[in-house]
Amino acid sequence: MTDLSIRANRVAALKAAAKERVLILDGSWGVMFQKKKLVEADYRGERFADYDGQMKGNNDILCLTRPDLVAELHEAYFSAGADISETNTFSGTTIAQADYRLGAQDVRDINFEGARIGRSVADRWNAENPDRPKFIAGSIGPLNVMLSMSSDVNDPGARKVTFDQVYAAYREQIAALYEGGVDLFLIETITDTLNCKAAIKAILDLRDEGHEELPIWISGTITDRSGRTLSGQTAEAFWNSIKHCKPFAVGFNCALGADLMRPHIAEMARIADTLVAAYPNAGLPNAMGEYDEEPHQTGHALHDWAADGLVNILGGCCGTTPDHIRHVAEAVAGVKPRAIPERPRAMRLAGLEPFELA
Amino acid sequence: MRPVFVNIGERTNVTGSARFKKLIVEGNYGEALSVARQQVEAGAQVIDVNMDEGLLDSKAAMVTFLNLMAAEPDIARVPVMIDSSKWEVIEAGLKCVQGKAIVNSISMKEGEDKFIEQARLCLRYGAAVVVMAFDEVGQADTAARKVEICEKAYRILVDKVGFPPEDIIFDPNIFAVATGIEEHDNYAVDFIEGTREIKKRCPWARISGGVSNVSFSFRGNEPVRRAIHSVFLYHAIAAGMDMGIVNAGDLPVYDTLDPDLREAVEDVILNRPQRTNVSNTERLVDMAPRYKGDKSQVQTANLEWRKGTVHERITHALVNGITEFINEDTEEARLSVERPLHVIEGHLMDGMNVVGDLFGSGKMFLPQVVKSARVMKQAVAWLEPFMEAEKAGKPREQAGRILMATVKGDVHDIGKNIVGVVLQCNNYEVIDLGVMVPADRILDEARKHKVDMIGLSGLITPSLDEMVFVAAEMERQGFTIPLLIGGATTSRTHTAVKIEPAYSKGSTTYVLDASRAVGVVSGLLSPSERDRLQAETRAEYIRIREQYARGQTAKARTSLAEARQKKFAIDWDGYVPPKPAFIGTRTFEPSLAELVPFIDWSPFFASWELIGRFPQILEDDVVGEAATELYREAREMLDKVVAEKWFGAKGVVGFWPAQAQGDDIILYTDEARAIELSRLHSLRQQMDKGAGKTNAALSDFVAPIGQGADYIGAFAVTAGHGEDEIVKRFKDAGDDYSAIMASALADRLAEAFAEWLHYKARVELWGYAPDEAADADVMIAEKYQGIRPAPGYPAQPDHTEKGTLFALLDATEQTGMILTESYAMSPGAAVSGLYFSHPKSHYFGVGKVDLDQVEDYAARKGWDLARAEKWLAPILNYEPGAKG
Repeated sequence: MTDLSIRANRVAALKAAAKERVLILDGSWGVMFQKKKLVEADYRGERFADYDGQMKGNNDILCLTRPDLVAELHEAYFSAGADISETNTFSGTTIAQADYRLGAQDVRDINFEGARIGRSVADRWNAENPDRPKFIAGSIGPLNVMLSMSSDVNDPGARKVTFDQVYAAYREQIAALYEGGVDLFLIETITDTLNCKAAIKAILDLRDEGHEELPIWISGTITDRSGRTLSGQTAEAFWNSIKHCKPFAVGFNCALGADLMRPHIAEMARIADTLVAAYPNAGLPNAMGEYDEEPHQTGHALHDWAADGLVNILGGCCGTTPDHIRHVAEAVAGVKPRAIPERPRAMRLAGLEPFELA
Repeated sequence: MRPVFVNIGERTNVTGSARFKKLIVEGNYGEALSVARQQVEAGAQVIDVNMDEGLLDSKAAMVTFLNLMAAEPDIARVPVMIDSSKWEVIEAGLKCVQGKAIVNSISMKEGEDKFIEQARLCLRYGAAVVVMAFDEVGQADTAARKVEICEKAYRILVDKVGFPPEDIIFDPNIFAVATGIEEHDNYAVDFIEGTREIKKRCPWARISGGVSNVSFSFRGNEPVRRAIHSVFLYHAIAAGMDMGIVNAGDLPVYDTLDPDLREAVEDVILNRPQRTNVSNTERLVDMAPRYKGDKSQVQTANLEWRKGTVHERITHALVNGITEFINEDTEEARLSVERPLHVIEGHLMDGMNVVGDLFGSGKMFLPQVVKSARVMKQAVAWLEPFMEAEKAGKPREQAGRILMATVKGDVHDIGKNIVGVVLQCNNYEVIDLGVMVPADRILDEARKHKVDMIGLSGLITPSLDEMVFVAAEMERQGFTIPLLIGGATTSRTHTAVKIEPAYSKGSTTYVLDASRAVGVVSGLLSPSERDRLQAETRAEYIRIREQYARGQTAKARTSLAEARQKKFAIDWDGYVPPKPAFIGTRTFEPSLAELVPFIDWSPFFASWELIGRFPQILEDDVVGEAATELYREAREMLDKVVAEKWFGAKGVVGFWPAQAQGDDIILYTDEARAIELSRLHSLRQQMDKGAGKTNAALSDFVAPIGQGADYIGAFAVTAGHGEDEIVKRFKDAGDDYSAIMASALADRLAEAFAEWLHYKARVELWGYAPDEAADADVMIAEKYQGIRPAPGYPAQPDHTEKGTLFALLDATEQTGMILTESYAMSPGAAVSGLYFSHPKSHYFGVGKVDLDQVEDYAARKGWDLARAEKWLAPILNYEPGAKG
């Protein structure tokens, strides 16, 4: 039996599992924290008891102040059938945490502790059930500032941050997640491919400096019916722009429900010679900002994707709960994962649209 | 469309454009952006941005300009080439682009370590890279140095850095010729020959260069500079140059150059021996001033029909396809009416109605209608400026707007172009997206232009699946407009069984040929006809589906094991297979003149929807006149094609020791027949044929292991290099007739090339029929020994075997042909296949195959079942997925 306490073995087990079945990612964290009806004191804990502002709403800080809740959620999603659970570090960069005026050490701790909590829950599962290993993905979310889009309507060339600043912020997050013991990196909800490329460079640079090679999963966001990312790229242009990191998986999440996301996932399934992953929202939000899609509906829609050979990894984004994930996991159990297509060798470049010279 | 030569816009380069430099130095970035936009609009597929100027903070200018460009979707849609001699400027640029850019350039001039470091960073940022042929000794000038440096750089990049070879572009340095310095005379030849060799030694790598350097000594004489660029590119592209920094849309076509000028330029570029007592350079310098201005002469003619009224003259011109007087007649008509629009709605539409009636009643034929369209387009082009000047002018009323596209993975478009022209003649607006168009783009454009209908075309079988995908996407995205299906591989049955059910929200109609297109389109757009027509089609397709389902169950198949028992048995005992003259591959570049006698003309007439055998068709009672006229004009153009070398013909042929093993054919590296080089897979007939009949597979025609030492041949040929440029030139001039004619001739020449090469193989290369006479009729009737079946055709319906064929022949490298993801060959005017020599080898159709063979075939190909079912979809004898 492989020793799953060794990270390289877990990485190998992850790759092996992906060949055998459609893997399941967990669902939303935000909606689950909301259901706990937490108060300001939960968010502050002892460490930030004297904080002079509102900490409520900063879900990532719960890694430091309510680690019990974070562990409980990993547990709930694993129990529901998820193979992979994400660290609670979606906004764990100094740039994203600047709103809460958190310093570099606090941000580092969020990521390090976030990874450790996930690690310990997964380790316990793996000890009990080594045939069906669980994995922890280090969540690397988007920033509220973008490198490809102007920050000033009157000056299309204006940017609030530089590539180097974005790179530095992601690099700190990635180093801490790595040290905390994640099995793979998940750069997700990507609205600007250039931000994503900064994160990719950080991962690759750290690898050059001695990090073990961990799988990279890239998940973009198609924001609306235009079929483009917020920064304007088509699915194929997006793929051409990030494939240099040889991602373990690529796909889309958030913004759209399953019905509207499907053509973009289908397109990715056709062009990407790697695993394709999708975790849509539970439909579109209603007038109250709540998601109405029932777990069995999500399960049904995603089952069709798997049955049509479009995907290798499925999960949920905003509005999905352990119950949604359970339905998805049950619906796709036994369905063959998508076969990875071979693509002819060609120079493939991208602006907002793809360019191919074969 | 997949580009043959990639134009990289050069106007946003401060070292190349004085105007752009001035704008940047003055900080006028708004105007500088419009320079970028113009280039993209003019067809630049990549934009080169260079800010290397002493007066500038190059790094800041690069960042500012790229950030501004990112905010302009019209510009940012194409990839950027970040161009600087300073690495810090390049890196600053890489930090501004979200797409995948090209870095221009890095080199070994500061040593290997620096080169490796910069290449690695390009990889980290996700960029392709231009490598200059430059090392610590200096810039490579001779062909040998260019090759040496590029090959060394290639090995370092691929082996040490892990750089993907397809992302490497070499710039082997284009230097100025005709400088008066004798050492410079061979610079263009050095580039061209260096390019040829680098492409050979560095698989997948590309060649680029700054073209304007070559004509540097003719600054101030733009016509001559452009002629030099055109001639240089003509030869460099033929040698393998893939892309270049050139002013997009500004170059004259090689064969339209004045022959005297072209010869003089060619002498300079190719460094030929001088013709007179003055050097090539001096000769060109002497003649250059003559070409600063250019005029073409006017023809005159006096004919009886010119005496009619302007209305009659315009109708006559349209019906007879005469462009000569159409501008003056149109102008006369314009002056006689109140608004220019009235000429279109009056004179021109009246004339086109006559054309339409004649066509509808079978008195005019497609080639003539397409010529009418040429006249119509020219007249409309004449009127357009007047209509634009008319500020209050209402837009022209069109009968409807139709979007047309050849689907992703397919490159064939003659039929689609003909349909487009016929629809335009009937006052429909046609938006033609070209070839290889992915579904999302078709649907995006359909929405954007609010089209009334979508027409899809395709020639090869994988396109059928793609059409089903487009239909399913239309359904999913909520389209309701009619969908039309056409193209050689499509059929009413496939449309009814596979496509129509995928699109329930709108109607799907199969269109047999161009002459049916207008009827279908007008019916579907007519409020009174539409519902009835759609209901009829739907009912018909339901009937076809039912018939098909019944047919499905009725077709008895024999098991694969039994079929193998009944293989086509050749008595191999004592048979000594002929031995080819060589093992391995050899390339051929015959002149077009050599190929002409091998042309089979019958399919040429078919592509114009004139059906009949050549030459009898010329005497045909009904179409004889149209066919004769078409043939005369085709021969006229063919003479030009040959004389002016419009198309490049390139082919490769190979022979290998081979033995059959079951339904596979094993190819060996050499005569020892110990090491397997490759393996061809064949499919076996499974129809239940009854006693005494056989179930053939191509492998039956090769001696099995243990029998005589046999061989197999393979070939891939094209006559389509340069076709796209020629066709584009005609289309841009509004001359669809000549554009379609040129495409059809390229197709014929490619087929002729295949015949020529097969003949050469029989009498010489394989040499098993040394005394065979070169008689075109014999060849067309396929009365010779041996066959040349092609993957994707009935004897081996699996297109993917073309991949094996191309790899064996190194066909992409040797001929410049590529395979698309659907295994279509590009250029489209191309033929490939296998050679079998046995006298009993013959053509057959595999027909439908059963699950047992598909499973067996999948195992042999190393595929899973789903993949096999995908590629064999057109010949499955069962519903995939029905298993278990």
